Amino acid sequence: MAEPSMTLEVFRYRPEVEQEPTFQSYTVPYREDWVVLDALNYLKDQVDGTLSYRWSCRMGVCGSCGMMVNGTPKLTCAAFLKDYYPAPIRVEPLANFPVERDLVINMDDFMHKLREIKPWIIREQEKPVTEGEYLQSPAELARYKQFSMGINCMLCYAACPVYGMTQDFLGPAAIALAHRYNLDSRDQGQALRKDVVFSHEAIWECTFVGECSVVCPKDVDPAGAIQQEKVAGAIDLVKSVLMPWGSR
Amino acid sequence: MLFMLRELTSVFVAAFLVFYLVQVSHLAKGTEAYTAFLGRRASLGLMLFHVLAFVAALYHSITWFNLTPKIMVVHRGEEKVPPALIAGPHYAAWLVISVVILWIALRS
Repeated sequence: MAEPSMTLEVFRYRPEVEQEPTFQSYTVPYREDWVVLDALNYLKDQVDGTLSYRWSCRMGVCGSCGMMVNGTPKLTCAAFLKDYYPAPIRVEPLANFPVERDLVINMDDFMHKLREIKPWIIREQEKPVTEGEYLQSPAELARYKQFSMGINCMLCYAACPVYGMTQDFLGPAAIALAHRYNLDSRDQGQALRKDVVFSHEAIWECTFVGECSVVCPKDVDPAGAIQQEKVAGAIDLVKSVLMPWGSR
Repeated sequence: MLFMLRELTSVFVAAFLVFYLVQVSHLAKGTEAYTAFLGRRASLGLMLFHVLAFVAALYHSITWFNLTPKIMVVHRGEEKVPPALIAGPHYAAWLVISVVILWIALRS
C-alpha cells in the first residue's frame, strides 16, 4: 500500500528570483507523529534545499519556529499534521513582520522593543556580591512567574491586529515581560520603565482584543499583563496628579 | 469577530444615552412637551431600538465582568484566587445596584 501523503502549500519569496511572493505546493509523507516542522525538514533534506525557515529545539522552548499555519500563528514544532490531514496545510511566515526570505521574517523591530523595556532586574543601589543574593519567597515568585515564561516566539505579535496596523505599538510580549520585572520583588526599576510602558504607543494602544493570549503557546496571557499594567499606569497617573512631589 | 461585536455594542449604548439626553431636555421644557415625547417614544421602531440597546448593554456588561479576573489578580500566598471568586462579587454588586435602581424607579 502506498504511504499516505498530504500537500503543503509553502510561501516562497526569494528576492533574487521573484519580485512578488508565490506559493509552492509540495507533497510530503503523512505520519501521525509528524508536526509541520518535521514536514518542512523533510522538504529541506529530501526535496528542495532552497527552502529557508528558522528552527532549533523542536520542543516548544526556543521560540524560533513560529509561522502562520492555515492563517493562525503557531509553533510549527507543536502543530501536528494529523490535526489538518487530509486537507492541505498552508504555511506562511509570521504575519505583521517584513519577510526576509521564504518563511524567515525580520525581527529587528521586536528585538529593539525588547531592549526598550529594560528586561533585567534593576536596583536603586546594587549591594556587593559578598552580601549574598536577593532573596525571594515562593509567594513572591508566584506573582510574576507566569509572565516570565515567554519564549520570544512573536506569535502574539502575529496575532495582534493593533500591531498589524500600528507598528509603533510596543506589543504583547514586550509589555508582558516589562510586567514580569515590575512584579518581581527584587526589582526597583518600574520608574525607569514607565516612560516606555505607560505611553500611548504601549499599554494605551491595546484595545484588549485578546488574540495574543489565545495563540500564546506558553499561556503567558500577555493581554492580562497589559491590562494589569494599565491599572498600574492609571494609579501612577493619579498619584502624580495628587502628589506631584512624590518620587514616582 | 466576537471582539468586533462587543465593540459595536457601544454604538447602541451611546445612541441610548443621546436619546436619554433628548428625553431629559424635553422634561425641562415642561409637562406638555414631555408627554408628547413619551407618546412618540412608544412607537414600534423606538421600542425595538430600546430592546436592542438593552441586549447590547447586557452583552457589553457580561463580557466585561467575565474579563475582570484577568485584570484583578489577587494572590493568596502562592495560590491565585480563583477567577470565579473575582468575577462573582462583581456580578453580585451589579445585581444589588440594579435592584436598588429598580426599587427607586418603581417606588412611586
